[in-house]
Amino acid sequence: MNSAYTTGLPAVIRGEEAFVAARRAKRLQTALGGALLLSCLVAAAWVSELRPATLWAGLPRIGEYFVRILPDLRWAVLFADAETEGSLAFWMYRLPEWSWLILETANMAAVATLMGSAIALVFAFPAARNIAPSGLVYQATRRFLEALRTVPEIVYALIFVWAFGIGPLAGILAIALHSAGANGKLFAEAIENADLRPWEAVRAAGGSWVQGCRYAIIPQVLPNILSYVLLRFEVNIRSASVIGFVGAGGVGEELYKVISFNYYEEISAIVLLIILTVACVDLLSERLRHAAIGRLEAAR
Amino acid sequence: MSGSRATGAIGGRATGATRADIAAWRARMPAAFGATPGRRALRLAGWTVFAAWLIGSLWWFDMTPQRIWAGLSGLGTIVVLMVPPSPGEQWVEILQGLAESVAMAFLGTFLAAIVAIPLGFLGARNIVTATLWRFSLRRVLDGFRGVDQLIWALAYVRAVGLGPLAGVLAIFTADNAVLAKLYAEAIENAEKKQAEGVVAAGGGRLHAIRFGILPQVAPVMLAQALYFFESNTRSATILGVVGAGGIGLQIAERIRVRHWDEVAFIILLMIATVAVIDFISGRIRRRLIGSQAAPH
Repeated sequence: MNSAYTTGLPAVIRGEEAFVAARRAKRLQTALGGALLLSCLVAAAWVSELRPATLWAGLPRIGEYFVRILPDLRWAVLFADAETEGSLAFWMYRLPEWSWLILETANMAAVATLMGSAIALVFAFPAARNIAPSGLVYQATRRFLEALRTVPEIVYALIFVWAFGIGPLAGILAIALHSAGANGKLFAEAIENADLRPWEAVRAAGGSWVQGCRYAIIPQVLPNILSYVLLRFEVNIRSASVIGFVGAGGVGEELYKVISFNYYEEISAIVLLIILTVACVDLLSERLRHAAIGRLEAAR
Repeated sequence: MSGSRATGAIGGRATGATRADIAAWRARMPAAFGATPGRRALRLAGWTVFAAWLIGSLWWFDMTPQRIWAGLSGLGTIVVLMVPPSPGEQWVEILQGLAESVAMAFLGTFLAAIVAIPLGFLGARNIVTATLWRFSLRRVLDGFRGVDQLIWALAYVRAVGLGPLAGVLAIFTADNAVLAKLYAEAIENAEKKQAEGVVAAGGGRLHAIRFGILPQVAPVMLAQALYFFESNTRSATILGVVGAGGIGLQIAERIRVRHWDEVAFIILLMIATVAVIDFISGRIRRRLIGSQAAPH
């Protein structure tokens, strides 16, 4: 390269200059982006009152808190009865009650998923661009589903607890409404990807719009929809575990109580049970989803 | 079902010879004549179990028509009281809460993404070959994923007190695990050729990671982080319900004192903010990485 400079080949010099200029522009852009990011960070830290000093003071307290949450298990008495301190049974001393609450939570999630998906299925057909009866209906249902899924479950739950009273009913309806919005969009997209030839055949044979949906679209999209329903169930079981924080039923109420009253070891016990349940449901639902997708592939 | 009815009708009109034919065909391919009795019984049993579960659950959760009806009329009253939405007198506080929510989401996601990069490398199969270590790290990350953000928020409120710091930490903890898992998967999907090239040119393992793998996965990581920022803006609006700062506190307080018009105003404001953040984040994503690199 040096020899090129000394001999003064014009093309090489021009190329070198262009490279230097491009690198400078790139570096300037990076610096500007970095400065923008930094100012955003500083602004965010200022707004959320997050000073390094507070964070520094908080860290040991966080460590202390989570250490106290951990169960005090001793190997020698691990499998002793519930009276012995340090045993598993002592840690999980209210296992039957908690299991029942978690079962209630899972059932709430299941009912809510079913209700939400049923509502979603009804609205998904007019919200699918390819078979919507008219542009106006399409836009209206799409916006409606969007509004349903933008409001978080907890906000619905807060309102429903006033309307329907404290208990699982409010939580189920809250989760169901949010799921209806989220699943409605996914179902509509599945329908938009469906093959329209069966639909045209049913319509040409004199079938009504509803019959077209039933006999031409549903058989095609059912495996897909089932897979979305199972995925939603996985999401909803997490939501159902916290919807009790606002009094809408499930294990969340108990969890809120033990966290608020600082019953340290009970917190870890309940959270562990929730994690185990969520993991089991995830595994099971993954199996079922693969089976559903397999049927979809086989049908094609 | 309709298949067997049709063959019955044809069988009634057909001559003996064709009836024998049909019987022969039915014997040869029973599945073409509708479901077998065994399958039909199984299906019936399945639907019975489903109906029993549904009725049992409705009874368990006390979902009687009267209760639903009473609730709906209560809801109707609330909706009527929500119109017209009004900011109330403390609209400055509302705006402050909103800014706090967005700031919490931004800081939480940023910290989570930064910490997730080394964790992602440690959890990736092609970087760390110790299977036991990687397996246990992945399981720990999976475990964290099962705990909802609100649980973290509540725990942090007890640990560091009320306020946005608890929210930032909750977002950080909940998302760090998920992002680390996604990053590990992205790193595992990266092409090996570049890293091998760096090693062949005399670079060490760190050089291979920095110049061979990081340039490939950086756009994916950035896109994931931006997606998480969008979703965290949604969740940061509700963390305040348990006292972790942000607009959630304002909405919970107003629901407690039944100022429904202000509740409606805050909900609309939340929707608008989420839409604006989605729009901005989408623009940045497309600008930085191009639309083709989006995940899924």
